[in-house]
Amino acid sequence: MRSLVRIFAIMHKELLQLSRDRLTFGMIVGIPLIQLLLFGYAINTDVRNLSAAYVDEADSHLSRQLLADMSATQVVVLRQRLASAEELTRLLDSGAVSVGIAIPDDFDRRVIARDRPALQLLVDGTDPIILGVAEQLATIPVRFDSQTGLQERRRMIEVRNYYNPERRSAVNIVPSLVGVVLTMTMVLFTGIAIVRERERGNLELLINTPVRTVELMLGKIVPYIVIGLIQLVIILALGRTIFSVPIMGSEWQVLIVSLVFISANLSLGLLISTVAATQFQAMQMTFFFFLPSILLSGFMFPFEGMPEIAQYIAEVLPLTHFNRLIRGIILRGADVSLMMQELAALAIFTAVALTLAVLRFSKRLD
Amino acid sequence: MNDNGEFAIQARGLTRRFGALVAVNEVDLDVPSGKIYGFLGPNGSGKSTTIRMLCGLLTPSSGQANVLGLDAGRDSEALKQRIGYMTQRFSLYEDLGVRENLQFIGEVYAIPRRERRRRMDELLGRFNLKGRERQRAGTLSGGQKQRLALAAATMHRPHLLLLDEPTSAVDPSNRRDFWEALFELAEQGTTILVSTHYMDEAVRCHNLAILDRGVKVADGSPRRLGENIDTHVIEVRAPDADAAHLVLHGVAQIVSLTRLGSKLRAQIPKQIPQPAAIVDQALRRAGIAAQVDQVFPDIEDIFVAVTELREARSAKVVETDS
Repeated sequence: MRSLVRIFAIMHKELLQLSRDRLTFGMIVGIPLIQLLLFGYAINTDVRNLSAAYVDEADSHLSRQLLADMSATQVVVLRQRLASAEELTRLLDSGAVSVGIAIPDDFDRRVIARDRPALQLLVDGTDPIILGVAEQLATIPVRFDSQTGLQERRRMIEVRNYYNPERRSAVNIVPSLVGVVLTMTMVLFTGIAIVRERERGNLELLINTPVRTVELMLGKIVPYIVIGLIQLVIILALGRTIFSVPIMGSEWQVLIVSLVFISANLSLGLLISTVAATQFQAMQMTFFFFLPSILLSGFMFPFEGMPEIAQYIAEVLPLTHFNRLIRGIILRGADVSLMMQELAALAIFTAVALTLAVLRFSKRLD
Repeated sequence: MNDNGEFAIQARGLTRRFGALVAVNEVDLDVPSGKIYGFLGPNGSGKSTTIRMLCGLLTPSSGQANVLGLDAGRDSEALKQRIGYMTQRFSLYEDLGVRENLQFIGEVYAIPRRERRRRMDELLGRFNLKGRERQRAGTLSGGQKQRLALAAATMHRPHLLLLDEPTSAVDPSNRRDFWEALFELAEQGTTILVSTHYMDEAVRCHNLAILDRGVKVADGSPRRLGENIDTHVIEVRAPDADAAHLVLHGVAQIVSLTRLGSKLRAQIPKQIPQPAAIVDQALRRAGIAAQVDQVFPDIEDIFVAVTELREARSAKVVETDS
């Protein structure tokens, strides 16, 4: 009973302070808002409208037909016609175009003979995504329609796009963004929570009261759980209205999974708070943790494509597990019972971090 | 020994080291219940470290302290319900209001709601903070902050108050009010241990311990301390104090010479007979008119005698100008 009163006292105080700290208050709403708009609109892996230049030495009916076909795919925009292949290379070097199309003067003969490639695509391969997109152009059929002798080549493999038939990047981004925003804000808020009290001298008073370490930690965590849930709602609601990302699975499961994830981050924040000596150090540690979370969790790059060692590191990060859970529930409508091991991983992380934080925190000054 | 015992604090051989530095060295303390006990010493003399060991914030390197019948090291959690501690630096929340701070403290000590409300009103009244209930603590003046801190430290009616230099940022009139409040608390039976580097505050204490570089060099009531120092204090009033100062500087028996405006205070070891006559003769020989009296040592004399003279025993003149 007394224990509850004390936890409530810390919570109450924390909320009062929070309501007076305009910067933090702004971050609670501002960070999810800005991140959602930035990532939602800016990240687009389905690239279109690459700048292209071409050299058409053949200038035949067939070559003009091919250029028109390429233009019709919307993958490239033909910006310039050049006189020679050398000019094309120079333009690529300068970065003015990312794709160059070189059609030789014996283009028609090559198409008929089918003994050599009929034309060349020069691609700026420094960005693998551009290279991948440009390769789509290579699948455009090039032939004379009058060539009846050649049978049409059928595609032997059909690709069916599950869950995201319109290939919109936002569908993948929005659910993961919940995790990114929560990692950033939750770890940071609690990361500075105890350090701030130490810096301002409040801690010496606090550790002289009967407040127990566990009570202090819980009283500090609970208000931020509520804040985390507010952020969750902001992102999902905006994701739905602006980017039309629906929640396929159960909303309750989204809530439960997010609660566990929020707790994991808050516990880590508290642990940081007991290690760092100043608020600045706490901030540095938060970013030290935040960067691998963003890069390795599958938010930026597909998890399977990463080297084995990176995958091992990623398995330790809560965001990796949360990404699998939240994408599963929101995008695929999966039931959380199919992904219990991910939820268990988050729970273990929370327990370990919180235990370490309680053990590290001492009610003494020595 | 227990709570109602004769002594609120008994410490034996209390020692604290920070690496090679011995901050507190073999300190013995007997703090009587219901009295104001002072720690007098310059910065770095180990006052704060001793107080922190007594409330269980620091573990002693050796020695032990019995506080209110509990072992300060082992039972520090149980002790926290019964002691109040006021830190040297203002440690309440500057972004909370006066009343909110008191309410927080009341909640943390799990004082029941109705009792808490009554206690807050009482403390706000007594410490003259009525009308400022909603003001943020950060915007209070130094004196108001100290009163709020004392109100918070006494919220749960502790048996023992430990105050670490409570008046270092407070002006003289507020200091007087603050001490009035301390006497009131002591009359109600609270034991108060207060550290200070102000001489005038030290005299107000019932008992006093003088700390110097981690060592307790003297303790007792201000009167007893005055009786026990091993020098006589001679006061010299001379129209030409400069000349008198110069002359007395050359007198071998004088171990300490302090100048206070037109007065001089000289200390001469007790084993030397007729100290006033020595001073008088020295001045007369130099042809300086002066009134020479043997006086009872004041706190400053005591402080000089037990700290500075302790290391300068070899009858070398120690000079302090104030």
